Amino acid sequence: MADQNLDWRTRGARRRSTRTWRVRSSAAIVALVVLAVLLVPPLTNLDQQAVDLTAKLQPPSWAHPFGTDDVGRDLLLRCVYGLRVSLLVGVVAAVVATVIGTAVGALSGALGGWADRAVMRVVDTFSSVPHLLLGIFVVAMFRPGVWPVVVSVGLTHWLSTARIVRAEVLSLRSRPYVDAAISGGASRRRVTVRHLLPGVLPQAALAAVLMVPHAIWHESALSFLGLGLPAHQASLGTLVQSARGSLLAGDWWPTLFPGLFIIVPTLAVAGLGGAWRERLDPRRRSELTL
Amino acid sequence: MSRRLPWGPMARLTGRRILFAVPVLAAVTFGVFAIAAASPFDPVKAYAGTAGLTASQHNLDQLRANLGVDQALPARWWDWLTSALTGDLGDSAVLRQPVAEVIGERLGWSVLLATTAFLIAIVLGTLLGVLAARRQGGWLDRAVTSLAYTLEAAPPFWLGLLAVWLFSLELGVLPAGGLTDTGTTTVTAGQVASHLVLPAGVLAVSQLPWFVLYVRQGVGDALDEDPVRGARARGLAPRTVLFGHALRSGTLPVLTLIGSRVPELITGALLVETVFSWPGIAAATVQAATSVDFPLLAALTVLATLAVLAGNWAADLLYGVADPRVGFDG
Repeated sequence: MADQNLDWRTRGARRRSTRTWRVRSSAAIVALVVLAVLLVPPLTNLDQQAVDLTAKLQPPSWAHPFGTDDVGRDLLLRCVYGLRVSLLVGVVAAVVATVIGTAVGALSGALGGWADRAVMRVVDTFSSVPHLLLGIFVVAMFRPGVWPVVVSVGLTHWLSTARIVRAEVLSLRSRPYVDAAISGGASRRRVTVRHLLPGVLPQAALAAVLMVPHAIWHESALSFLGLGLPAHQASLGTLVQSARGSLLAGDWWPTLFPGLFIIVPTLAVAGLGGAWRERLDPRRRSELTL
Repeated sequence: MSRRLPWGPMARLTGRRILFAVPVLAAVTFGVFAIAAASPFDPVKAYAGTAGLTASQHNLDQLRANLGVDQALPARWWDWLTSALTGDLGDSAVLRQPVAEVIGERLGWSVLLATTAFLIAIVLGTLLGVLAARRQGGWLDRAVTSLAYTLEAAPPFWLGLLAVWLFSLELGVLPAGGLTDTGTTTVTAGQVASHLVLPAGVLAVSQLPWFVLYVRQGVGDALDEDPVRGARARGLAPRTVLFGHALRSGTLPVLTLIGSRVPELITGALLVETVFSWPGIAAATVQAATSVDFPLLAALTVLATLAVLAGNWAADLLYGVADPRVGFDG
């Protein structure tokens, strides 16, 4: 090991170009995903449920790039539709979680005192139950359907947003313009709505975007355990779950591709979120965040 | 460390945590009962099964009274809580056993799986983290970091299924699931060890990203600190500086924080135990959920909460011991 191996200052130009490349490819993947999810179903009249028993469990080929499943359905099309369902559930759940988290965090930070302490105790209590376990419990009691899944993911994921928003509100509260508003006679409510909330919105929006992959991960785990969406609304997790039989017979492609459809968009969103965070807070060292 | 441990503050921290655990557990159990009460799930119909369709209303009411579900929510919760404190957690419908017996039989297997996975993740994570931190921005660092982010994004159940495909079906070197080979009735250490490899490996890989990224961060920061610069300025060998100085101050905080990883570990175990039919507590939780076995599900949720609180307590205790500046105020 030579001396320069301990030189950690080999950042600079190469690193910066890597970063630009990463952000651009992330943006391209996210754009591709959004376009595919929005445009494929209305523009093509391909039926994802089209069963073709003469072509079941075919390995990937030019006709079926991802192969076919155990009743001959095209897996690429199934994955696009699955991603559509997963993304929809993920976005709605992330919005639910962000609204709860922002409301709780802003209220806690703006009120301060015993109300703040009480709210943070509730947050601590919620974080003492593992997310997936609480999610499983809620879904088990209220299934089947899409809403139990959305609610269970939303109810378990607002904690981090609440903490971020509260911290941000506390730091905003000591800014001169807030002091100026208060000494100008603004009510507590006006200060909160007009001065504090707009200040935390960028952070809350970033948290919401980074929440979407989390929510998709969560939903796919519930679906895989058989507690998620019903079979006619197959999400990516449902696809992995229903591919289990084929996998044990040695056919890997019905399992592999839905998983990649979870991983690649997750990395792309994380890459974009990292760049965004760096722009919000350039002092913080840039890291991809999941 | 020859320094004397600060027993007094440590005991006070422990006492405060126990006091905090009481309201948290009360709130969590009450929440569990409230969710069940608000749900369309009817324990009487679940208990009676198909016989409930033909039973008379009188019999159903009788059953409702026997199960104690005709009472108000707080009364039911209080009954459950008081009998739970005496060790009676009710009966599991799906496993046809008392809940306490289910936990007693399965907890050990889950602990074995989780401990093995954590040990693998610590060793592998420290190794990869140090390799990455040695030259931040280098090709090795970028490879390790990308791998860590990819693994973080990958669902553990998917990794588990692919591992089954590769190691059990294609290579045929490891069993695909269970605790022992089918057909054997006795549990031998060798059988368990070979059945443990895949689930523990997948669980370890799912916990790995956190260790890798934190060790990398910790060691990378430590390489920037004065003691390490001083050591380098004194002309010590790079290897000595890396392992003797940077690794020690960089990984100690990470290792002490392992306790706070319990929630993620439970999440991973829920999925991994299900994929590999591991006879542990997490797989039982999923079974309880899919068949809406309320007594079992409630007890296991409380158990998981206890594990999380204990993990947080251990992390804060160890962190305070490792870094006296932190103290035991939490």
